[in-house]
Amino acid sequence: MGRAGGEEVMVSPEPRAVKKMEWLRACPPYAQGTPLREGDIREKRVTFVEDHPDIRYSWAAGQAISKFLNGLKEGKIYGVKCNKCERIMVPPRMFCELCYKPIDEWVELKDTGTVLTFSISYVGPDAERLPEPAIPAVIEIDGASPGMGILHVLGEVKPEDVYIGMRVKAVWKDEKEREGAITDIKYWKPLEVRK
Amino acid sequence: MGCEAMEVEGISGLEFQKKQNVAIVGAGMTLWRRRLLETGRELSYLAVKQALEEAGLTLDSVEAVVMGSAPDAFDGVHMKGDYLLDGAGGSDRPYIRVFVGGGTGVFAPIAGYWHVASGLFDVVLVVCEEKMSSVHPHAQTAFRYIWDPILERPLRPNLTWIFAMEMRRYMEVNKVKHEDIALVAVKNKRNALDHPCAQLAERITVEDVLNSEPIALPVRRLDISPPSDGAAALVMVAEHLARRLTDEPVWVTGVGWSLDTTWWTNRDLYFPRYVAEAAKMAYKMAHITDPRKQIDVVEPYDPFDYKELHHLEGLGLARKGEAPILTREGVTERDGDLPVCPSGGLLGVGNPIAAAMGVKACEIYWQLAYRAGKRQVKKEVTTGLCQAWGDLMQIGTVMIMSNKRP
Repeated sequence: MGRAGGEEVMVSPEPRAVKKMEWLRACPPYAQGTPLREGDIREKRVTFVEDHPDIRYSWAAGQAISKFLNGLKEGKIYGVKCNKCERIMVPPRMFCELCYKPIDEWVELKDTGTVLTFSISYVGPDAERLPEPAIPAVIEIDGASPGMGILHVLGEVKPEDVYIGMRVKAVWKDEKEREGAITDIKYWKPLEVRK
Repeated sequence: MGCEAMEVEGISGLEFQKKQNVAIVGAGMTLWRRRLLETGRELSYLAVKQALEEAGLTLDSVEAVVMGSAPDAFDGVHMKGDYLLDGAGGSDRPYIRVFVGGGTGVFAPIAGYWHVASGLFDVVLVVCEEKMSSVHPHAQTAFRYIWDPILERPLRPNLTWIFAMEMRRYMEVNKVKHEDIALVAVKNKRNALDHPCAQLAERITVEDVLNSEPIALPVRRLDISPPSDGAAALVMVAEHLARRLTDEPVWVTGVGWSLDTTWWTNRDLYFPRYVAEAAKMAYKMAHITDPRKQIDVVEPYDPFDYKELHHLEGLGLARKGEAPILTREGVTERDGDLPVCPSGGLLGVGNPIAAAMGVKACEIYWQLAYRAGKRQVKKEVTTGLCQAWGDLMQIGTVMIMSNKRP
C-alpha cells in the first residue's frame, strides 16, 4: 500500500501475469491508475499543492471589432460587405475569409433579428448552477446575409416560449452606461409571440 | 440501407506519394477516472509501457515520439508538451506535441502516420494524455478561455452552450427527437461495461437520459461525457518492420483533417462540414468510394450523444437525418451491420480530451486486429474508421485503418 498525505490510498493493481498470446485477445489487458475520491483533496487525504494564478490581460480589439464596439456605444450594429462574394458579414472583419481580400464597405445593420438556435442554460462559466437560467442564442441580424449571426442572450421571455425563427430586438443599455462592449446590448427581447 | 456514395472527387493536392506503408503494432491505455492520483507524466508512462508490451518493443527502438495533449489551462502548466516529455518516452529523440483541442485524439496518430509515411522514421510512438481534474471547481473553468475574449466571454458563456445550440439546430433541421438521440447514450454506456478502463459504464434507459439534470437544454447530464484523467499510446512502424513484429498488423490507409471558419455564429450548425471535408480527404487516400459499404466499424467522436449521429452524417455513413434511424434499428450496435462506438466511447469510457485516442484510434486498431475481447464486434471486419472533433467545434480529424495491406 502506498501512503500519501498521511492517509492510505489505494494503489494500482499490478498487471495480471498472463501469457502474451492470452492477453492479446482482450486488449487493453489491464487498466492501471489510482482513482481518488471526490473529497480526497479537499479533506487532504492526498499530497498536493495548490495555486491560484492571477494573470491579467488587456486585449486591443483590433481594427474591425473596435469599430463594431464603438458602433454599439452609439446604439448601432455595423457589418461589413465583400463585393466579390457579396456577403454582408457580422461580426465585422477587415478581410473576407472566403475571398481572402480586404472588405469593401461598412454597412449599418438593424437592431432586430431572428433566432437561429438557442439553449436554456442552467450553468454558468464555472459550471455553477444559475438561480435563473440564461438563454444564449445565435441571432441572425437583419440587414446581414442569411445565416450571419452573433452570439448573445435573450431576455423578457420565458424559456419555454423561445423557438427557432423567433423575431427579436436588441434591448440597449442607457446611452451613458454604454462602454463600447458586446454587453452594451443587455439582451434581445421577442418582437412577437408564437401563435 | 444503402447510402448514396459520398462525393470524393475534386479534392486537390492529394497526389500523396508516401515513402512506405505504416502499420500499428501495439496500443495501450490507463484507467480513466474523474480524478487519478498519478501525474500526467506517470499516466503517459503507464500507457506507453502497455503499448510497447503489446508491440514487443522497448523504448530503445523508438525513433521519434508524437505527444497529444489539449489546453494548457487544464494543468496550469504552459509548454505542457515539454512537461510531459519524459513520461512519453520523448527525451533524447525527435519529439513534437500536436494540439487541435478535442480533435487531438485522432490528430496525434495522423501526425504519427506522416512521421513514418514520409520515410523519416521507422518506429514512432504516439502518446496522448489529459488530466482534467487539477483545475477546480470544474474543468469548465479552463474551457472559459476557449471563447473569444472580446465578443463572447463578457456574456459569461459555459462551453456547453455551443453544443446545446448545435444539438438544437441539428434536431430542428433534421426533425430529430431527443429520445432518438438518447439511445446513443444508452448504447455507449452499456458497451462500456466490457471496457476495463471505463469510468461511466452503466445500464441506463432513454427515460433516465430525458429526466437527468438539465445542464444547457436540450443537453442534460446523461447526454454528456464526463471530464476524465487518463492516457493512451500507439506504436506505429514501417512496413518492413511490421511483419517481423506481428502476424496481425493493422495498416493506416487514409488520413484527413479540416477546419471550418472560427466565425462559428456564421455557420449552419446542423451539419459538420469540417468532418465531411476531413472524411473526403481520408476516403480519397484510402480509395473508399462508398463509405457505408466499405467501412465495417466506426468510432466517431461522441462527447455528447447527438455528436455520434452528427458525425456519422458528416462522415457520409448515414444520410442527413438518417443516423438516428440507424441507431433505433440497431444497425449501430456491436452485433449490427455498422457497429458504432463498440468501445463504449467517450460517453461510457470517459473523455480525457486528447487521450480520447484510447477509445478511437486504439479501439479501431484492436477491433481490426481481433483483440477487442468482449468488445469485439460480431461481423467480420476489414476496414475501420475513427474520427475526432475539436477546437471551437470546427476541426474534423479522420483516420482509416485496414487489416489488409494497402
